[in-house]
Amino acid sequence: MGSCKAIPARLCPGKVQSVNRAAMTFTLAFRNLFYDRIRLAVTMVGILFSIVLVAVQLGLYLGARNIIVSMIDRSDGDLWVMAYGTKNFEEGQPISARERFTALSIPGVAKAIPLIVSFTDWRKPSGGATLVVVIGSDAEDGGLRPWNVVEGDISGLGARDAVIIDKTYLRDLGITSVGDTAQIGSSRVRISGFTDGIRSFTVSPYVFTTLNRARSLLDMPADMLTYVLVKLEPGADPEAVRKALREKVPNSDVLTKAEFHDRSLNHWLFATGAGVALIGGAVLGLVVGTVIVAQTLYSSTKDHINEFATLRALGSSSGYIHRVILTQAALSAVLGYALGMVIALTVVYLSERTALPIVMTPALAALLLALTIAMCAVSALSAIGKVMRIDPAVVFNR
Amino acid sequence: MSADGTSTLTAPSLAPAANNVVLEARNIVKELGHGARKTRALKGVSLTLNAGELTLLMGPSGSGKTTLLSILGCILTPTEGTLTIAAHPTAGLSPEALAGLRRRYVGFIFQSYNLFPTLTAEENVRIALDVRGERGSDAVVRAQRALQQVGLRHKLKSYPANLSGGEQQRVAVARALVGAPSVMLADEPTAALDSENGVAVMQLLSEIARDTSRAVLAVTHDPRTVPFANRVLRIEDGLIVGEERRAEGVETVHQLARNRKRKANA
Repeated sequence: MGSCKAIPARLCPGKVQSVNRAAMTFTLAFRNLFYDRIRLAVTMVGILFSIVLVAVQLGLYLGARNIIVSMIDRSDGDLWVMAYGTKNFEEGQPISARERFTALSIPGVAKAIPLIVSFTDWRKPSGGATLVVVIGSDAEDGGLRPWNVVEGDISGLGARDAVIIDKTYLRDLGITSVGDTAQIGSSRVRISGFTDGIRSFTVSPYVFTTLNRARSLLDMPADMLTYVLVKLEPGADPEAVRKALREKVPNSDVLTKAEFHDRSLNHWLFATGAGVALIGGAVLGLVVGTVIVAQTLYSSTKDHINEFATLRALGSSSGYIHRVILTQAALSAVLGYALGMVIALTVVYLSERTALPIVMTPALAALLLALTIAMCAVSALSAIGKVMRIDPAVVFNR
Repeated sequence: MSADGTSTLTAPSLAPAANNVVLEARNIVKELGHGARKTRALKGVSLTLNAGELTLLMGPSGSGKTTLLSILGCILTPTEGTLTIAAHPTAGLSPEALAGLRRRYVGFIFQSYNLFPTLTAEENVRIALDVRGERGSDAVVRAQRALQQVGLRHKLKSYPANLSGGEQQRVAVARALVGAPSVMLADEPTAALDSENGVAVMQLLSEIARDTSRAVLAVTHDPRTVPFANRVLRIEDGLIVGEERRAEGVETVHQLARNRKRKANA
């Protein structure tokens, strides 16, 4: 057949309202999808449920990861010296302060910064107690300082009884403003500032103070501490320094920052089962979503089975029919993903002020899109199987 | 020719068959079912379809008409026998290859029209080109031209639900026509239509059959269709039992009407 120019004008210009160069597989898939609004709604509910559940579970997982390792990642140490077998940042056991001087004696070590970390009781001004994690570090050492200080400042920790806490836990700690007082052990503490967004995976709030005040609050002997943060000289070989350190402090663990990071994550997320539960929830969401989408796609295909048989009778290839079904699945995926992300981002926004905020990153958003498309593609398999079993002769029996 | 036109058909065949054979079936046997339920729906059918002819396949229910149509259209494969369409033997071809033959050489018209309810009339026609990989403005124009040929130029954007039965069948005819097939196979094309629309569709098929590159076969048991045919095949119990061919020089109803109109215009 000739081009548009080659045929009578009455058949061509003006009358050809829209020139569709795309395959009609898209049109057919789109119309089939929107033809039955109730089925479309059920499909969307399935995808939405799945996406929101997976987004929340994986977002919680990412949020938990960030919280678990925030102290380690924020620290200014290349190597961590700690009690042997320490599993995570919060549960470090006391070690001798001599380890610090031993570290300083090793070539390649620029600084050995003492750090105290320990759980203890916080007595609220209004009565009642809660568990907190006291972090003692001197600001001038630069080992581990509070960050995101939104009220007061770090220098305020130099004042008598001063501590800095996070705004997230004001209600838990019975504090309303800077200057309020509370009690740790038998000592009074005064709030000198607030940070914003420094959360604890153990749900026990962090309380920042100086090294000596932490020792005093925790009744820790002067010759004890929890960690030694080792800062290497420029160009020093971390492995060589670590080897030398291990030989000189055989009863302690010496880990790189990355190793302590991984050890803490493994403990909280996998040894405790918390991470497994979050990932398990995400997998469950995918399974439920896949089943719902598969059921609705199958049902839609079954309803349109005579049309697919007609396509076969018209001589369409199997690939053509696959494309119709897969396009329908992909359209469901994109539409469901867009709506699901709106809900997921709303949930993320609402969780921002909570103790365990849900995290949404571009990588997670891309992963969710890929999972949604994969879920819909897998769901399409049952529908494709149904179509491939069609006897084209049914076109004569309608 | 009598009023109903049946007398112009002579039996048995008096006129020589045309040489331009576009479909040839030889000793087609089709067994359906398995084991004890196995039945022979076709028991050795041989026929040819010639370009430029409208052939009717008539017979009682259960005689094997639709099974034969399915085999001639490469939808079913014969248990025995050979089929050649447009000089292409079908023996041993895979389902995909048979689909390819259908795509290139066969157009179908179904009793229930089998239109896509979610597509407009133009899209319903265009999809027959789309499955052949023909897209773009040319495909749109061809679809519109096919619809114009069946008198539905004004219904391009109408959905099947908004078309009458006759209009739907004409869209189905346009869909079968648009790919310029060598063989058009129609399954009871007038069964779901009233008398007026039935006549209109048969006139259309008769007109299409005048194309010397195309053969049209319609399965029917509607006697109103006979005056439009060049040839009638009778099938009973899985066998062709008779063939009646319009005698040379005798016009079909459609030819008669056209000639009368031409004379009146002159």
